[in-house]
Amino acid sequence: MTPVPYETVTDACLRALEDIVGPENLVPRDRLPEEYSHDEMAPVCGWAEVAVFPATTGEVARIMALAHAHRIPVTTRGAGTGLMGGAAPVAGGILLVTGRMDRILEVDEANMVARVQPGVVLLTFQEAMEERGFLYAPDPGEKSATIGGNVMTNAGGMRAVKYGVTRDHVRGMEVVTADGSVLCLGGKVAKNASGYNLMHLMIGSEGTLGIVTEITVRLLPLPEVLTTLLVPFARAEDAVALVPVLGKAGIIPQALEFFRRDVLESSTDYLGREFPHGDAPAYLMLRMEASSPAEMDRLIDRTGHICLDGGAEDVLIADTPERQKALWDARGAFLEALGWTDIDECDVVVPRDRMAEMMAYADRVAEECGLTFSSFGHAGDGNMHINILRGDLPDGTWERRRDAAMERIYQKTAALGGMVSGEHGIGYSKRAYLRAHTDPVELELMRRIKDGFDPRGILNPEKIL
Amino acid sequence: MGPYPPDADRMVMHIEFVALVKQVPRTGEVEVDPETGNLVREGVAAQTNPYDLHALEAALALRDRLGGTVTALSMGPPQAEDTLREAFWMGADRGILLSDAAFAGADTLATAYTLARALRDIPHDLVLAGMQTTDGDTAQVGPGVAEFLHIAHASYVLRIEEADRREVCAVVDAGDRVQRVALALPALLTVTREVNQPRLPSFRRRLATRDRPIETWCREDLAPPEGEEAYFGLEGSPTWVEEIFPPPGNPERETWRGRPGELTDRLLAQLEEWKYL
Repeated sequence: MTPVPYETVTDACLRALEDIVGPENLVPRDRLPEEYSHDEMAPVCGWAEVAVFPATTGEVARIMALAHAHRIPVTTRGAGTGLMGGAAPVAGGILLVTGRMDRILEVDEANMVARVQPGVVLLTFQEAMEERGFLYAPDPGEKSATIGGNVMTNAGGMRAVKYGVTRDHVRGMEVVTADGSVLCLGGKVAKNASGYNLMHLMIGSEGTLGIVTEITVRLLPLPEVLTTLLVPFARAEDAVALVPVLGKAGIIPQALEFFRRDVLESSTDYLGREFPHGDAPAYLMLRMEASSPAEMDRLIDRTGHICLDGGAEDVLIADTPERQKALWDARGAFLEALGWTDIDECDVVVPRDRMAEMMAYADRVAEECGLTFSSFGHAGDGNMHINILRGDLPDGTWERRRDAAMERIYQKTAALGGMVSGEHGIGYSKRAYLRAHTDPVELELMRRIKDGFDPRGILNPEKIL
Repeated sequence: MGPYPPDADRMVMHIEFVALVKQVPRTGEVEVDPETGNLVREGVAAQTNPYDLHALEAALALRDRLGGTVTALSMGPPQAEDTLREAFWMGADRGILLSDAAFAGADTLATAYTLARALRDIPHDLVLAGMQTTDGDTAQVGPGVAEFLHIAHASYVLRIEEADRREVCAVVDAGDRVQRVALALPALLTVTREVNQPRLPSFRRRLATRDRPIETWCREDLAPPEGEEAYFGLEGSPTWVEEIFPPPGNPERETWRGRPGELTDRLLAQLEEWKYL
């Protein structure tokens, strides 16, 4: 990518943008609320010269044509719930907010797909589909995120063990390219072997290759019976070691989470609630689904025995909505309970059977670097969230220790055959680690792809690469 | 709630706890037949009344701390055994189901009478019940049982502060105030959700109690004294239900769209207009 000097948003450009979206849907820099300068990773911060709130694909196309002609950077923002600074307009220019494009356009029950605009909020969409008896399977923890944001970061989440990540549920999309062309990729079809799959390049591209303006996603039938098993362990190693054993036995839960008591305690304190079981050092939590109560009963029986054989203290059965809610509410608050301002995070993913090794290594790094880690993970996918807590470390010491710890964790991840990010993406914060731990040939191909889609480098500059 | 593990003095205590538990339709699935006005129970998944789980937890926690046994007592059709089985999985020592066609159609008075009748034959120092059920919502059965037994009772318990062989101290939600009460045993408490967080059913206990029998008692077992033969079931129920209907929903909904700043201003103005602020 050749560095290009960007142009600023001139008065003439502002007027042109106003013509496109209407004056009420444009906010210039001096009236722009602070929250639009960053996502949930607040330290990564940048101010756009103007924010626009388009409502249609046509408006997005005209904005891009204008930006392309004048070489103005465009950063797309959904709900701003990313964790890697991806939506921070670090190069200034235009911030394109998808919030007004929030309609569910179609639910096609025969083909079991839905067509949505990118600004639809995940929770709203999940609930709307459940009301119709459908499951939209991707289930990232942050329910106030938008579907567009989920697609552009290839968000993962709890149900990935069984159903995969957002990528596995996108069937088609409409995209506005860097120069303002409108492109339809994929469709309602269930398979597609027609040339390079540009749609899958778009997914996870964090707004650096195009702007998604419409998405067709796959729907599944809603499972009949859900039960959550909470499995306490005296030894964390036993918990992690059980994960591949369950997989081999053909037990594929919707979700399979690992956490330790410290994380759980900070979460229940934060929520001000009691957890139904609070005295084991480590837990696995499995959400199982079945097509009938009898099938669920057999599944619990089989899973229960495997867990006890694997060293579990017990297997606790949360079968009612209330019981399951108590467990998943606590799990859902892990991140919030840590408080965003004082932490940094590694979202590494390793092969499932190497997770125990990775965890033990992280413990050692924390000790040797003089840091406190708070780790939990989507154990079923080998995806760990290693949160590095600042505590009361002074400036300078904190950055030094954190960077040293991160470097060691990413090196170990690479050695175990893992990846820099499992589900939170690269954004702005993790670029150096992507560069350091990715094959130079692969990086060069990524750069050429970026140039191909965005020759003037205006789409979300300084992200990923 | 005192020291843990319990000190030696307390371990020698033996208190008989009874938890009243009822099987109800699974939350969110309570439907009313528009023709008959009755609750639709067929094909609806069942669960233990959520409030009763708090009562059972209170009994189990006190037993674990002070010593004694917990008996789970229920009245209902044969499938209510599931609720007692679940009580075993949570840690109850004994399960008794009152089940007889003669008990069917009981209102809160007949239900309270039947349970009280059974309790005459079950050792009980402290009886615990949920403050109400999620299907009937009357909150009458617990106090009714205590009245039939002529024992002290308190409803809407928020916290159980202390208990021993002789008395129990509890904090009660009395609507406009909070009351601290001490009751001489035997006594009955109905508890709110605030009282504790119920433990989950355990797979280990499920294996261990697989062969533990649930005792089923019928009308004959309760041996009503002369003059009380007709106190059971529909016959013993003075309540007449004229009509049951689902509460009207509130379909009025407004959706505002706009940018965060504008929306908060508008929300603020609206809340002020409604005098909430």
